[in-house]
Amino acid sequence: MENFFSRYRNASILVLVLFAQVLGLAVQVKRTSESGGTRLIRFWVVSAITPLEKALVYTNQGLRNVWRNYLYLRGVRHENRDLKAQIERLHLEQVRLSEDAAQARRLQALLGFKEQFISQTVAAQVIGASGSDQSHVIYIDKGASDGIKPDMAVITPDGIVGKVLRVFHASSQVLLINDPSSGVGAILESSRLQGILQGTAAGETMLRYIMSDEKVALGERVLTSGGDRIFPKGLSVGAVQQINPGSDGFLNIRVKPAGNLSRLEEVLVVTRVVESAPQTPGPSTPLRAADILAERLPSVPEKPPVVPAQGAAVTQTTTTKQSAGTAATNPSNSTAASGTAGTPPFRPAAVRPQTTRATATAKPAVVKPAANKPAEARDAVKPKEIDSAEQPAKPADAPPQAPGEEVQR
Amino acid sequence: MTGMPIVRTNRKEIEVYRFGPIVSLLIPLLALVIQAFVPVRFRTFAIFDLPLLVTIFFAVARRSQVAGMLTGAVMGLIQDALTHQAIGLYGIAKTVVGYGASSLGVKIDVENPGTRLLVAGGFYLAHQAAYFLVARNILGVTMEWLWARTMLSALFNGVAAIVLFAVLDRFKHST
Repeated sequence: MENFFSRYRNASILVLVLFAQVLGLAVQVKRTSESGGTRLIRFWVVSAITPLEKALVYTNQGLRNVWRNYLYLRGVRHENRDLKAQIERLHLEQVRLSEDAAQARRLQALLGFKEQFISQTVAAQVIGASGSDQSHVIYIDKGASDGIKPDMAVITPDGIVGKVLRVFHASSQVLLINDPSSGVGAILESSRLQGILQGTAAGETMLRYIMSDEKVALGERVLTSGGDRIFPKGLSVGAVQQINPGSDGFLNIRVKPAGNLSRLEEVLVVTRVVESAPQTPGPSTPLRAADILAERLPSVPEKPPVVPAQGAAVTQTTTTKQSAGTAATNPSNSTAASGTAGTPPFRPAAVRPQTTRATATAKPAVVKPAANKPAEARDAVKPKEIDSAEQPAKPADAPPQAPGEEVQR
Repeated sequence: MTGMPIVRTNRKEIEVYRFGPIVSLLIPLLALVIQAFVPVRFRTFAIFDLPLLVTIFFAVARRSQVAGMLTGAVMGLIQDALTHQAIGLYGIAKTVVGYGASSLGVKIDVENPGTRLLVAGGFYLAHQAAYFLVARNILGVTMEWLWARTMLSALFNGVAAIVLFAVLDRFKHST
């Protein structure tokens, strides 16, 4: 036996070294979720490598800043003039967008939606990568000491980048969205189809689980859906670059990431997301969707004093939008959302109301004001509007109708 | 290919080289830092595997199987620690390469550029195959073997080896 080992000493050591590593792998496979935290070897290596990388990055940045800020100033005046013109253009656009945002907030308040706001971010410098084609991760120069925690979203102004995977004292490991083990809840902007954005071994990003019979347009923007509970809803992911029918009944949609994942320098780590109902201008007391609807929409008039003795049928004109049409179903075009409380309701010209005449003896109509539930509120916004033009104004001191209250005409 | 003689030599004819402790420590460390730093700015640089090339160089120059496999194991494990995957994938692959390269260094002359291109390219393929097999069969990672990409990477690494080995030759001392 001794002779055997001395004869095949090197091969025996090879087998031993390989066996030890396979055993280590097997242990890691068993503990799939590294709940115990970061492995010691990982901690040591990252602690040894990242200071060198930081030194390289900061030196490189310092030299570049000296060059850009003090030496290479060619064309700065021209650029300054262009930027001023751009600021003026953006001011105009901002006015328009703020109007749209206010409108959207009112609609969200109406529907009882909750918004997610990115309330706090930490800017970080990218200092390194895994250096492997098999592992699409980067390292940033902010860690636990800066309040970074695992599963925080990492973004750039252009779009999402990835999520924090491991946190060290002064650095963090970020898993990019183009890694095969990454998954991001995504939604197509126009068609509102939801899928999961996954990476591939080649470093591409694919939107999966969209059925083959769905229509997806090339160039359509992809946004975060918020379904993964990591990325807030509505952040830019990228644009559809290629669509192929898959063999499994789903489309293979290749997405070009909005952020340039191959040349990342600075990123933002989303450290706090606030979820709150949108603030809308109006009375300080909270308004229910039903109350807003009651103000905005023509309500069923008070039952006029009918004198049965006269025997005359009291006629009322009610208009009900039976065919909703796109203008009514699309919340952004909704009349109820477009105006502020107190302004006279405006009905889009595209909506053609059906006029029905009801007599006092007709079957009672049921008006269900929207409750606080979004779905019901949505239904309430949709087609059930009653024309106020031909009706007497609602008394200002009229008590609000309770949800589900039946009103007899 | 006619200009790439692979000369089979006797063990006595082959020189064994030594490296100073600083060089033995700094060059692998530098390779790891460059490998981790440069792909941030130039993503395509990730097709090169500098730690693998350094492993091959040291293994071939020292011509010691134990030293070769240990160099490979350490370099691989450090590389594993920088990824998000299980530790040991690169470790196993580079251990095998370190052992193989030192075994080959004993048998053939790997001093000329043609041989270095073939050796580095060949060991890159062996490395990728070992990684692929371990990842698929032990960890159950879903991976696909991309032939064109792997062959192209092998070629690029072979070319890079010619340049890198020529630079590293300056640091070796004959025993």
